Amino acid sequence: MLKKVNEKQNTRLSADEIPHVRIADANFPAPFRSGLEYSSPARGTWNIVHTGMLIPEAHEIFVCAAGCLRGVVLTAAEMGAQDRFSTVAVRENNLLDGDMEDLVIEGVTDIINKLPKRPPAVLVYTSCVHHFTGVDLDMIYATLRSRFPDIDFTDCYMNPIMRKSGLTPDQLMRSRLYMLLHEREKDPNAVAIIGNDLPTDEDSDLMRVLKGAGLKVHEITSCKNYAEYQEMAESSVYMSYNPDAAPGGDMLAERLGGTHYALRFSFDYDEIDGTFAGLAGALGIEPRGKEEIASLRAECEKELAETKKLIGDTPVSIDYTFCPRPLGLARLLLDHGINVTKVYVDGIPGADRPAFDSLRKDHPELLLYPTVHPGMRFARTANVSEDDTARKVRMLAIGQKAAAFEETDHFVNVVEGGGMTGYEAVTRTCRLMREAFLEKKEMRELVQVKGLGCEICVR
Amino acid sequence: MKQTARIISTYSADVMGVCSALFELGGMTVMHDASGCNSTYTTHDEPRWYDMDSMVYISGISEMEAIMGDDEKLISDIVDAAEKLKPAFIAIAGTPIPTMTGFDFEAVAAVIEQRTGIPSFGFPTTGMNTYIHGASMALAGIAERFVDEPDADDTGNGTLQMSPRQIMSVVDSCCRKPNGITVNILGLTPLDFSINGQDDSIVQWLENEGFEVVSKWAMGSSLDEIGNSAKADVNLVVSAAGLGAAKVLYERFGMPYAIGVPIGNELPGLLADQIIINVRKFREMDASATEKAPFEAREIGVDSGLFLDGSCSSSVSANCSSSVSTNYSRNVSTYEEGFAAVIGEGVFSLSLASSIEMECGIPAKVLCATECPEGILRECDRLTPDEDDIIPELEGAAYVIADPLYKPIVPESAKFIPLPSEAFSGRLYRDDIPNLIEDFDQLSDQLADQLSDQISGFGQI
Repeated sequence: MLKKVNEKQNTRLSADEIPHVRIADANFPAPFRSGLEYSSPARGTWNIVHTGMLIPEAHEIFVCAAGCLRGVVLTAAEMGAQDRFSTVAVRENNLLDGDMEDLVIEGVTDIINKLPKRPPAVLVYTSCVHHFTGVDLDMIYATLRSRFPDIDFTDCYMNPIMRKSGLTPDQLMRSRLYMLLHEREKDPNAVAIIGNDLPTDEDSDLMRVLKGAGLKVHEITSCKNYAEYQEMAESSVYMSYNPDAAPGGDMLAERLGGTHYALRFSFDYDEIDGTFAGLAGALGIEPRGKEEIASLRAECEKELAETKKLIGDTPVSIDYTFCPRPLGLARLLLDHGINVTKVYVDGIPGADRPAFDSLRKDHPELLLYPTVHPGMRFARTANVSEDDTARKVRMLAIGQKAAAFEETDHFVNVVEGGGMTGYEAVTRTCRLMREAFLEKKEMRELVQVKGLGCEICVR
Repeated sequence: MKQTARIISTYSADVMGVCSALFELGGMTVMHDASGCNSTYTTHDEPRWYDMDSMVYISGISEMEAIMGDDEKLISDIVDAAEKLKPAFIAIAGTPIPTMTGFDFEAVAAVIEQRTGIPSFGFPTTGMNTYIHGASMALAGIAERFVDEPDADDTGNGTLQMSPRQIMSVVDSCCRKPNGITVNILGLTPLDFSINGQDDSIVQWLENEGFEVVSKWAMGSSLDEIGNSAKADVNLVVSAAGLGAAKVLYERFGMPYAIGVPIGNELPGLLADQIIINVRKFREMDASATEKAPFEAREIGVDSGLFLDGSCSSSVSANCSSSVSTNYSRNVSTYEEGFAAVIGEGVFSLSLASSIEMECGIPAKVLCATECPEGILRECDRLTPDEDDIIPELEGAAYVIADPLYKPIVPESAKFIPLPSEAFSGRLYRDDIPNLIEDFDQLSDQLADQLSDQISGFGQI
């Protein structure tokens, strides 16, 4: 339980005072007013350092102020990749002297010259201060490319101030992952899954469809070296299922040719069928037949029934870090009698609008909680103090933030969809819920690890 | 090239220093930043985040708010949160974007204070200095606003009146009699002292030496306890983060200060003796003085040569290896034979270097990578903010004592002795951070082992 900093200050909030709203009363897409922001101790989602490290053998150079460097340099250190990471610190004199271009060019040059081995690719990350000082990034990259013609450079960004303008930093980073691919001859039998941090499940619907069609599947998460990464460019179809990867997929198809298909991550059976039928069209293969679909749906129903039978009326909470469609998942579970009581979500994804609308109608008492609202600082205490200790499992959480706020060791430890797609997302989620119900995890330790699964980048 | 780091980490920044210094005082600290600072601070710089309910937030400034100069959004967000959460004070700390837009921290803090009635600070940090700068600024702010005038009942030069019960408690808890001197400890944050009990060990040492601790800035003391700091006789500055507050407390109450960390077997006793001698001397001087002595004249510690040989000669402080304790049984090394380089925060590293010289007979120089006010480091020590400043200074080093993330730039010829620091490697090696106040021998034994290896090696030749 949280220790009170100041016993005399009555700052703690009761469970009722923790910010929340009934879904029936919530606004779309922003159920909570934006204001000061709290940072949950759950850290499993990936950041731009982790994602950049997916490019094998690439070296990352961040150019920004020390305060901004701190988090990224320690991300690299914690993942054991400090030998692929360097920094250039922006100081006050650089802001005043207007020598930002020189600092980037000479700083990056100095670092490259000191590296024990010349990397095939360098990701140069500039920051908010470069954006605000109108730095000539084109000139910077042109100069670096001319100085180091044997190195592929790409522009990356750590400018969170732009998170509400145009592409988000996350969307930008995912698009940069493929900017280093060189054009090459297309292989009509080759496809690539792009924009996901974690490997796509071998058992997922997507993999089964692709492998079933005899296609050669590229994915950045499985590339062992830079040459193998370059082979992704032979793909004739690029597929993404992380919504933040879609802009990058479009850019990639436009630059290298081929087509991009954005598969919709969903827990709605009809939507799953629709998006996989679209995929079949993009790939030029037969869509799944009625019989196969019926069998997949039956498997989902069986898993959902088994889960309900095991967990009974145990309250369930879901957070947005688990998958891109938390309300879609809530809808599916509630429709199958599972007692979802809370969804932790600061903003409702556009794709979740249908689920939002139907939940408002059919399950109006479902509560939405923010994760960054200042009052959430006290949520853990408020949740633990509830007199509900007689239950074997007080709360089953799906996602790290829900687990942290609910202070429960019974949780599904998955971020960003965990490589699930299609009906397999339903069946696997059910299995993980049952596992979480039956076995405790070391929540406190697990959720504080940055970039769940990022060890795949160290190669 | 300056400002580049091929492989080493970077120190926690000034904005995080503000948050760390104020963390336990019941206030609400807001980093005026778009995003990222909060997760960085709470992941890597704040080991208390999971367990204590301190209110540290970011403003979440957006591009449009920055361009349009929409300070009202920040002000109303803070006022709104403060009305619900009722912090003891409000602090706003800056990052690069407010620095660029010329955000007026003082004015905004004044507006917030006017609207909420809650004492408010605006700390113009930039995110481009180290935590020392920010923590020093924050603690100085607390010294300005929250330390009360000592009661008229308090005697002498701020000496705290102890009740018979308190005196007995002190006597019971230690082997030395109370010396009647009361102390504030300034500059305590987990960034330098982690959460492994080093703060408690400093308190324990002071009590064992007969001092009474009035307040600890700012680990383990409430804002009320810190408010009583003027009742103390002297301030002990254990990191450069405490110097700002020491200066304010001097200006407001004429309080002297000592600089140093009680590391080792000899240094702590010398430091205690110096504090006792000087506090008594200052009392006598103050009783007869007509004018206030300057701030620097109220310093006890490094300038008096304390860390080198326990004398008060200021001349010896300039030379690292000339004043190693003469009763040390081993041969005293010279720079030509190799030296120990201690990389880290200035005050802590200097104390450690001094103990290494005194107890191991090895000349030691400090490579201070954080801000350190003039007059603390010796001539042989260096301010080394960048990787390229450090590398040449390690040439010829026989030992390098530093955070493990420095290891890649340490020459193979030097023995590397890891000394993790939260301020540099965050939580990465937290479990391996030693309590050097409690146990210096483990580190000195590593030096001694190497020394004896060298000596036996020479013998074989």
